[in-house]
Formats: sequence, structure tokens, C-alpha cells
Amino acid sequence: MGMEYSEREVDILVVGGGTAGPMAAIRAKETNPRLNVMLIEKANVKRSGAISMGMDGLNNAVIPGHATPEQYVREITIANDGIVNQQAILAYASNSFQMIQRLDKWGVKFEKDETGEFAVKKVHHLGNYVLPMPEGHNVKKILYRLLKKNRVDVTNRYKVTRVAVGKNHRVSGVMAVDTRTAEIVFIKAKSVIICTGAAGRLGLPSSGYLFGTYENPTNAGDGYAMAYHAGAELSGIECFQINPLIKDYNGPACAYVTGPLGGYTANAHGERFIECDYWSGQMMLEFFRELEGGNGPVFLKVNHLAEETISTIENILHTNERPSRGRFHKGRGTNYRDDMIEMHISEIGLCSGHSASGIWVNERAETTIPGLYAAGDVACVPHNYMLGAFVYGEIAGLEAVKYCEDMRGEETDKEFMVRESERILRPLKRKSGITPYQAEYKIRRLVNDYLQPPKVTRKMELGLRRFSEVRDDLEGLWADGPHNLLRAMEVHDILDCAEMAAVSSLYRTESRWGLYHYRVDYPEKDDDWLCHVQLYKDGEGRMVCKKIPVEPYIFEPDAGEIQAYERLRIVTKDMV
Amino acid sequence: MATASMSVKVPVSVDADKCIASKGCTVCVDVCPLDVLVIDMNNGVALMQYDECWYCTPCEVDCPTHALTVDIPYLVK
Repeated sequence: MGMEYSEREVDILVVGGGTAGPMAAIRAKETNPRLNVMLIEKANVKRSGAISMGMDGLNNAVIPGHATPEQYVREITIANDGIVNQQAILAYASNSFQMIQRLDKWGVKFEKDETGEFAVKKVHHLGNYVLPMPEGHNVKKILYRLLKKNRVDVTNRYKVTRVAVGKNHRVSGVMAVDTRTAEIVFIKAKSVIICTGAAGRLGLPSSGYLFGTYENPTNAGDGYAMAYHAGAELSGIECFQINPLIKDYNGPACAYVTGPLGGYTANAHGERFIECDYWSGQMMLEFFRELEGGNGPVFLKVNHLAEETISTIENILHTNERPSRGRFHKGRGTNYRDDMIEMHISEIGLCSGHSASGIWVNERAETTIPGLYAAGDVACVPHNYMLGAFVYGEIAGLEAVKYCEDMRGEETDKEFMVRESERILRPLKRKSGITPYQAEYKIRRLVNDYLQPPKVTRKMELGLRRFSEVRDDLEGLWADGPHNLLRAMEVHDILDCAEMAAVSSLYRTESRWGLYHYRVDYPEKDDDWLCHVQLYKDGEGRMVCKKIPVEPYIFEPDAGEIQAYERLRIVTKDMV
Repeated sequence: MATASMSVKVPVSVDADKCIASKGCTVCVDVCPLDVLVIDMNNGVALMQYDECWYCTPCEVDCPTHALTVDIPYLVK
């Protein structure tokens, strides 16, 4: 068989051009302009990733005078039920303010008060961390300008399929396929930074529309799958992402924007039932109970606010992040002045930006494979959000520069490249078969049936069996051209993520993180499980898990704080 | 194995009078995160080829002649 791939070589390869990726590439190039830095992206860097249309605010700004890194580390330790590497959270918190200043200097607009100070708001249970960005729609344009200025090699419309590891167990490059021509390339790299975002196409939205997801559906979990197959450890996969969203539209409502202005989550009677709208598993469990109980459905309530306030809310929500919210409401005749907005629970996903599922990284963004880094929603630094993606993008970029300055690239086994290019092209070589659409629909429907919390042991076991049957079916996957080949490759990633979600959930035999890991067979939290669950591929190619202890805390949360997220439900007369 | 194709109403519509794809413009095709738009070579107008839309609107916002409209997909709206 002839060569079916070409070869290229760079120093640092950043995979994914959404939020963390551009920051990693820009900061690496600023630090050492002599290095050859490529940013490879499945879509187009100009408009890719979670912030394709900008962002309406920072959810976790640690700004002097409003919050301290220590306070933030304590808050996230409690919000994530104790399972954090505080060192990694602290690295974020300590760099949060300098990153805000950097972005501010670059031209990203944050809300300021009349004296020019950042206008921080309170949404979290304990501290003050929310900084609105009413004019946050230009973030991507600013990043793109800096990528060009720093001469980063931007390569759009390539899907990376696998990360290669050399004989010395160091990263050695990636295989990628052009999504418009199906040409395959092996890119040799001294260092690879995975910034591919969440696994957003995991559960099936209740609308049944495959691309009507909460996350940008380009984020199909590619990075989780490539890290897993490369032999890296992943962590906290069982801590699913589940969000309270506008029903059917599946975008945030968004309580962080409306909360500081007086809006709140309400039940069918228009009454508040949770004390704090900050997204946590504990909050989602109360949301779930209200939705399933006699007081559902759940709404976002802003119709009691003044006209001026409602106009402000509309202006932010209908021009940023998910701007088509406005036309969705219009289509249903919903007016914020008169109506409450119907909310629902999202499909499940994996996303460390909101919960904790990700590739295991330390405070230097290093994975368990030398030379391989991860940042953003795909890297396990709980509740990291957009600013965490920027901070960890920067950390990964700077660490990758240090790593590759004094080393020569690692060689990759030719057999790996041939095998992988054959795997990629297989669906194109068939004349007919199962389409990527059918395969994806089926996998994601099974994810809803068997993995959506409350989690049931027997159901998850059945789910694993169904997934393995679908894996056999994928031998017959057919793509009629490069576009559907991209979808076919994503189907494999989605199935890998579904299997990871089931395996790690079965392993942790307790309940934790509210709804995110609510196991009906093990309903209580168990201190034996105050540990990380690492998921990885063992020597025989099996998907397995192991426990590792939580590193000793730098800042011990005090007794009163620990219970704070356990008491989210508002105490009413009939509960006392 | 036999296959069939199924028609669906797509959310992105293009005003052929305003679209300047025939003059070489490919902005909407370039910015779409899901890569669902193409230029129809027969009449030089942009076209939504795959029903895989996040209703995210860069195609509409970045179009220099305001030729595109993004509707909410029927299953979602």
C-alpha cells in the first residue's frame, strides 16, 4: 500500500483554536518567536469554539478588593465536593487578575464603574467573582489579530484524530485529516497542547436535534478520545456536566447575567426555591427535584423587574454568546416583560469548565505524557470557565516553550501512521453503509437512556453492552465525502466518551456532586471516595479506572463553609 | 446495503439578489463552525448543504451584504 499521508514538522502544535488554544499559541510565540508554532483547528479560528460569538461575562474573576486566590480556592474546593487538586486551582486563581488586565489591555471590554474599576457582582454562594462583559462580542476578533501579529501558523479545517507517542513515551506529533479534501497529514511536533473543548455532543438534546446542544457542537469530545488513546490519564469523568437551560433552545438563560440585576430561578408558582444560582451539582439536584416534583416546571423570572433593567438584560443576552436567544423567544411569543422563561435540564456532557471531567493536568498544565499539555474545558481543572481556559492556555503555552527549547523531536513509528491513515479512510472506501448521522443519533439516544442521572448500576451496565454492539456496527460506517468523513471520525470520539462516562460512573460506588453523580444504588456520599478517579487505557487496551488520593489541601475550608453547598434549598415553613 | 436520502427544511436562508458569492465572496462558508455552507457553483449563491446548525449566527453577522438569515431549526423552535 502506498503512502496515503504527507508529513510536516513544527515545534509546538496547539490543537483547537477556540479559547485556550489561541492564548497558548500567542503566549508561546510572544515568549520565543523563533519557535514554529502551529494552531490547528477543526472549524475556522475566526469563529470557533465556545466563544464563537463572544461571552457575556467572567464567572470566576479573582480581583483584588473583591476576592483573594485563597478564598476562591476554598469556594471551588467546596463547590466540587472536596475533589480538587488545590495546587491547580491556585495556579488559576493567582493568575486570574493579570489575565484580566492582559485581556483589558488587548481591547476586550469588561464592565467598569464610574471610577474605572471593574464592576464585580455576586453570584457564587460565598465570594464575589462575576464580572459582566456587556460588550464581550469581540473576543475572537482580538485573539485572531494577535495570532496574525505574532505569526502563528493558523491551519483551519483539519480534524486531529490521534496523538502519537514515541518510543521514549514522549509525545511525537498528531495525525490529522483535511475536512474538505480528506487529505491526511502527520504533523511531527516536540510538544502538543490539547485545547479541544468539551464533549458537547454526548447526550441527545430533548428536541432531538443533534446539533441543538448546549456546547458548540463542533466540540464532540475529540480531545478526550485522543488523550485516552495516547495513554494519558483522565479524571473526574463521572462528574458530568448538566446545566439549567432555556428549554428546547438549550442555551443559558442566563442566571449569571440576570441574577445581579434581580432575576432568579423560580418554580411554577413564581417562587424562589434555591438560594444561589451558581451552577453546581448540588444546585442541579434541587433543580431536578423541583422539575420532577409537583412544583415544576422551572422558570427564569425577570418579569417583576423595571423596563430599564429588562432592556439591559435583553441587550446583553441577545448580542453575546448565544445571540439567537432573542429570535427564539420571539418565535414563541415570549416577552421578558410579561412571561417567565421555561427552563429545563440539559443533556449530559463532559466539560471541566463547568464541572470537572477532563484530561488530568497539574498546575503546569502537564498531562501524564511528557510533552503533552491540555487546557480549557478539556483539562481537569474544575469550574474553570472561560477565564480559566485563558489562564491555563497561557500556562500550557509557556511550559511547552520551556519543554521544547532544549530537546529534539521524538520519532514516530511508521506503522502507527499507516494504521491510522487506513482507519481514517475506511468509511470513504465503502460504497454504502450506516451513515454518521444514524450512528451518532443512536449512540446519543443510548446515552440518554442509560447514563442520564439519576444513575442506575444495571442501566449503566446495559448501556456499556449497547455501546459495544454499536462499536461493532461502526465497522460498517460509510462516508460519501470529506464532510461526512469528519462526522464519521467524530462518531468514534462520541462513542469513546460515552464508554468513559459509563465506566467511570460505575467505578465510583457512592453519590457525589449532587445530580452530576447521583447513584440511586449508592445514594450517600462516602468518605472512602474522597479521591480522584483516574481513567486510562491499560497495557491490554482495556478501559480501566484507579483511585488516587486528593493532594493535601493548601487551604482547609472551614466547617461552616463545607456545608454551604449542601444547603441550597430555601427553607420553607413546611420543611421545618 | 441500500440507503435513502431525506429532505428537511434548513434554518439558513440566502437572499440570492444580495449574495455576492459569484464575485468570489466566501465569508459565510469560511466562518461557519460546523462547515454546513457551500457555494452553489451553478448559480453563484451560498447554500446550506447540511442540516447541522447551532443557530450561532456568525454567517449572518459577518456577511458583508446582509444576504443570510438564520432561523431557529424547526425541531428546536
